[in-house]
Amino acid sequence: MNVQQYAGSGQAAAIFGMYLPDHIEEYPNVQVLSADMSVAASLDRFIYQSPEKFTELGIAEQNLVGISAGMASEGYTCVAVAQAAFITMRAYEMDRQYLGYMQNKVILVGLNSGFYLQYFGNTHYCIEDLAIMRQIPGMTVLSPADAAEAVMAFEAALNCPGPVYIRLTGGSQAPTVYHETCPFTIGKNNILRESQDVCLFTTGACTGYSVQAVEILSQQGIETRLVDVHTLKPFDTESVREAKNCKLIVTAEEHNIVGGLGTTIADILAEDGGYPPLLKLGVKDRFSKPGDYDYVMHQHRLSPNLIAEDIKNKLQSL
Amino acid sequence: MIDKELINQLEQLAKKIRVDIIRTGYLAGKNGAHFGGSLSPVEILAVLYSCFVSFDKNDMEHRDRVILSKGHAALAHYCTLYECGIMTKADLDSFEQNGSDIVAHAKRNLSRGLDFSGGSLSLGTSYSVGVAHACKRKGLDNHIYTLIGDGEMNEGLIWEALMFAGHNRLDNLTIIIDHNHLQADGTIEEVMNTAPLEDKLKAFGFDVIQVDGHSVSELYEAFSQQPNGRPMAIIAETVKGKGVSFIENKAKWHHSSLNEARYQKALKDLGEEVENG
Repeated sequence: MNVQQYAGSGQAAAIFGMYLPDHIEEYPNVQVLSADMSVAASLDRFIYQSPEKFTELGIAEQNLVGISAGMASEGYTCVAVAQAAFITMRAYEMDRQYLGYMQNKVILVGLNSGFYLQYFGNTHYCIEDLAIMRQIPGMTVLSPADAAEAVMAFEAALNCPGPVYIRLTGGSQAPTVYHETCPFTIGKNNILRESQDVCLFTTGACTGYSVQAVEILSQQGIETRLVDVHTLKPFDTESVREAKNCKLIVTAEEHNIVGGLGTTIADILAEDGGYPPLLKLGVKDRFSKPGDYDYVMHQHRLSPNLIAEDIKNKLQSL
Repeated sequence: MIDKELINQLEQLAKKIRVDIIRTGYLAGKNGAHFGGSLSPVEILAVLYSCFVSFDKNDMEHRDRVILSKGHAALAHYCTLYECGIMTKADLDSFEQNGSDIVAHAKRNLSRGLDFSGGSLSLGTSYSVGVAHACKRKGLDNHIYTLIGDGEMNEGLIWEALMFAGHNRLDNLTIIIDHNHLQADGTIEEVMNTAPLEDKLKAFGFDVIQVDGHSVSELYEAFSQQPNGRPMAIIAETVKGKGVSFIENKAKWHHSSLNEARYQKALKDLGEEVENG
């Protein structure tokens, strides 16, 4: 896969506007369903090209998951597209029953997760999806860092058995993390930078900010191992064990620190024992004051300079 | 037109299914069973499976799909599938035994004729509409039958699904509303009135037929109607707990257990020989 073509795109635009129409002939069983989100997801070209592979649901996320599951039971691989907040929270019981319990092959794509909807405010922010989706037995949970990785995650989701949730974050302005092709294996984290001082685990669009944060730390003499956790479930436990000899383990996520990446890693540390301290960066269990993306990320101390500052302060306190 | 012999056969089948429901529910002991809601759709299931549903284990792709959105009527479904030779006696005897999948709410198992894991109300309706949509896309000429409870129609997802079915003119879909007028907290009219149901369903793009849900001949005529470019809704007027005097129209018999004396009384009500013991 040539990933350069996706640089500078939003994650949904790369998947639905570019990859899917380019590759649909490879997937004769794929059906795409949208809850009034086809324009937002850049599906226009796909629908023009393959109208018989598209179904519009209207603004009805619960029914989106039900219809998708019914179609999947008939042998289709269904891709259900809606706002992340609504496809995970409003339709949660449907996700659990139709997909987890009944194991229907549906790929849920949550658009605009995290804070990307900026001035739409807290109703449209989604900082709970990783926590709740990883609770569903049999559900694979993916959280790509940029457009290129979103396409790789989508391709992997099409080719793996069972239901998948893909959390899309950031927009076309988000920093590009993957400038060249790299392997993407579900359940195997990507190590973006090696070091033994600090180990920073991050996920989604926050990865681009974390890349910048570790640059700042490096200029200050602190070297960081940076891990892109593109798969929240099944979790790559081994990548955490590899961090055992660091001075500090850090998680940074555009998500509530309750139940997400930080909690997942805390569970592993507590069960294994003998690890360095854990610093969990993310949303400290509160709603946000709306504003532009950088404003909200800054508010939760997730901008690159504040990630770097908090890591440095924690290191000095040890 | 349905002939007298077939009417008699269907009525006898309905009786057998009711006796199976009482026996199987009784054997579950204190675990109890959904007697009320299982006794009301018996004629619906008997007519459907005897005369309309095509089910060939060697050609599952072309089978008609029957989905119980009112998943708590699973016991009626199990007993019907048993009487029609799709489920076995061993399946039925495992009802509510530890480790069995044959519990109060069915688990999807195509070889047993169970298309859907029911239980959470309204989910079966949305799912069945998705199945109908998919079958049309695949070019199949089969039919999808969805049994819905009238109390279940309180759920919002039902209406999202019906809107989709009407909008997409899914004429391979027939929904049957088991209109027994009773839900856990009281009558439909008291708890959350769904009337005027016929007008609502028509407004959602359905052809609507109202029948006596215990009249096998009326059900037969309704299921015989040819699709007319729209999905079909059959509103079947039924009695919750039909056939057993102390269960009929009693909200508390939505889910309960039978003791020995009541078991014998229920069999007697159904015209079955009373067992010793």
